[in-house]
Amino acid sequence: MSEVKNVRLDRAELLRFITAGSVDDGKSTLIGRLLHDSKSIFEDQLSSIARTSNKRGMQAVDLSLLTDGLQAEREQGITIDVAYRYFATPKRKFIIADTPGHEQYTRNMVTGASTANLAIILIDARKGVLTQSRRHAYLASLVGIPHLVVAINKMDLVGYSREVYERIRNDFAAFAQGLRLSNIEYIPMSALNGDMVVERGDKLTWYEGRTLMDLLENIDIEHDVNTDDFRFPVQWVCRPQTEELHDFRGYMGRIESGSIRVGDEVAILPSGLSSRIKEILLYKHSFEDAFAPQSVTLTIEDHLDISRGDMLVKAGEQPQIKKEFAAMLCWLSEQPLDSRRKYIVKHTTRMIKGMVNQIDYRVDVNTLTHETADSLKMNDIARVVMKVQQPIVFDDYAHNRGTGSFIIIDETSNNTVAAGMIC
Amino acid sequence: MSHRTFTHLDALESEAIHIMREVAAECTNPALLFSGGKDSIVLLRLAEKAFRPGRFPFPLLHIDTEHNFPEVIEFRNHRVKELGERLIVRSMEDSIKQGRVVLRSENQSRNPFQSITLLDAIAELRLDACIGGARRDEEKARAKERIFSFRDEFGQWDPKNQRPELWSLYNTRTHPGENMRVFPISNWTELDVWEYIEREQLEVPSIYFAHWREVIPRDSGLLPVSHLVQPSEGERIEKMMVRFRTVGDMSCTCPVISQAKNVNEIIVETAMTRITERGATRMDDQTSEASMELRKKEGYF
Repeated sequence: MSEVKNVRLDRAELLRFITAGSVDDGKSTLIGRLLHDSKSIFEDQLSSIARTSNKRGMQAVDLSLLTDGLQAEREQGITIDVAYRYFATPKRKFIIADTPGHEQYTRNMVTGASTANLAIILIDARKGVLTQSRRHAYLASLVGIPHLVVAINKMDLVGYSREVYERIRNDFAAFAQGLRLSNIEYIPMSALNGDMVVERGDKLTWYEGRTLMDLLENIDIEHDVNTDDFRFPVQWVCRPQTEELHDFRGYMGRIESGSIRVGDEVAILPSGLSSRIKEILLYKHSFEDAFAPQSVTLTIEDHLDISRGDMLVKAGEQPQIKKEFAAMLCWLSEQPLDSRRKYIVKHTTRMIKGMVNQIDYRVDVNTLTHETADSLKMNDIARVVMKVQQPIVFDDYAHNRGTGSFIIIDETSNNTVAAGMIC
Repeated sequence: MSHRTFTHLDALESEAIHIMREVAAECTNPALLFSGGKDSIVLLRLAEKAFRPGRFPFPLLHIDTEHNFPEVIEFRNHRVKELGERLIVRSMEDSIKQGRVVLRSENQSRNPFQSITLLDAIAELRLDACIGGARRDEEKARAKERIFSFRDEFGQWDPKNQRPELWSLYNTRTHPGENMRVFPISNWTELDVWEYIEREQLEVPSIYFAHWREVIPRDSGLLPVSHLVQPSEGERIEKMMVRFRTVGDMSCTCPVISQAKNVNEIIVETAMTRITERGATRMDDQTSEASMELRKKEGYF
């Protein structure tokens, strides 16, 4: 363990990914392997899991123990909830949303997937494409993860058979055609032995594609953000009202999509008033242009009444403005949906009252068939019609994750009870 | 700027600014916890980026154990003055005088009791959100924590019952008496923090840099000699070139052997280091495998 962990990462990009699969698929082993082979495990962590492996009577160090988190989990030998892991190579910094694979899977995977650029779906080569692999693929498509990697794992247990790999790949591809999934990469691997994770190993010589790490480091993520439509939900209005900045009004927020230049004509929605961008600022710097996902401060040429919850868009790049809209909803709470009740809807920087007006159908995530429903319980996914008190400014989720997503909050408990994607 | 130069630091910075602005807009009475340590130094720069040319829409709050390194307190005061923002200090000494904290001995580590003073300050100042510099890479209990981490009226964290956190749509809502701990740099690693300090040319307290110091080798660490820490029988004082990776309670924060005299040299050392930040520097996190988790459940950061 004398190797250097990392070199400096001055120009590294950030890639967020999620791993989908159950404990049996070797998910924890895969993450442990990525951390280990990219030299991201610290000595004290390694010696701690070596001690635990030893205590449990294991022969080799169990890399899956690295992702074991809380005391409660160690006692029960399960993983609860989403945990975040970090590692880096000279090319990229990675954030893994590690979600456990038990019954609450839908809720956890949707949560982890909401910020991910990429999902790795693990398939046990001995078992092939199972119901749960289909469920994972469906959820990845629902949340619109831009890139999908199907890791056909445990190749060591099927004699590194090319035939097995190809059969599973074809099965998965046939199924994925029905979903809106493009950009699928297939990799045969053995996370346990490290074949095709970071190193190629010497067993899978017939496979000419990239290793998982090669893919994670090089996949093009620049176009994962919508670069066409400028969307700027106002978070905070800065009015210092000091002597020298008496008239200063800065509109602070994060560019959700697209880009903006000084001089561009913008519309303020929902009012529809228009003006031009005067300055793009951040701290002591001013810029000629800015793009998603930068956080900036904008000033405009005219004095208009703009507040949090308003959205600045570029003239000619109009979103929709409505009080009623269709959405795919994932119910996250143990408390089922009460369709008579009003909830709080948080969309971009607005919080308004709203309700689920109608449930079109519920999706059986195992068979992908539609069924009727009059309520929703935890882990249910349904197409619904939402109705909110005031019009909101939005795009379809498929076009714009930032302006097409919302959460539903229960006003009494203050819990987040559902995640919605406008369609 | 163009797409090609949007680095991981730019992405992390933008995310943190967005989080701070959400706190300002949606919480009624937030505060930013500033200790003078490197993570909270980064928070202050992020707050400047989030709110200048305006003032910070929250005061700074320091929970003072009074076991701090003098260099850190000096730095804290200097930085606050430079920013022209308001600093509130609540000291553990007050909690001890009021009988809220009972120490077994004067020199005992005060880290475990910080929670009491913090919870008292939250109640007294009626804070509904505290922005802190905790990071998920520090410790495995932190790896599961939300960016907006809900605490009940006893300040407790319930790891099994956290609100799902999707996209960047944060649920900031609390009932009276409850509060949020908000961690804008959740996704940063120790290396990211130092790279940001270098990029932004931020000042840090001098004890982060390598210096000669009298230390006592004890267990697997080096304890700095001070009025709180003196050698026990059979121990000896050694003079070593060291630096601190974290700056907490003087009685339990250990320096590491280092030659790094500036931020760039720290980055190189951090990139090559083989021991986790807390593993190397905090005696109180090593008492049991779950010590951080237990402290957090009781209201610690």
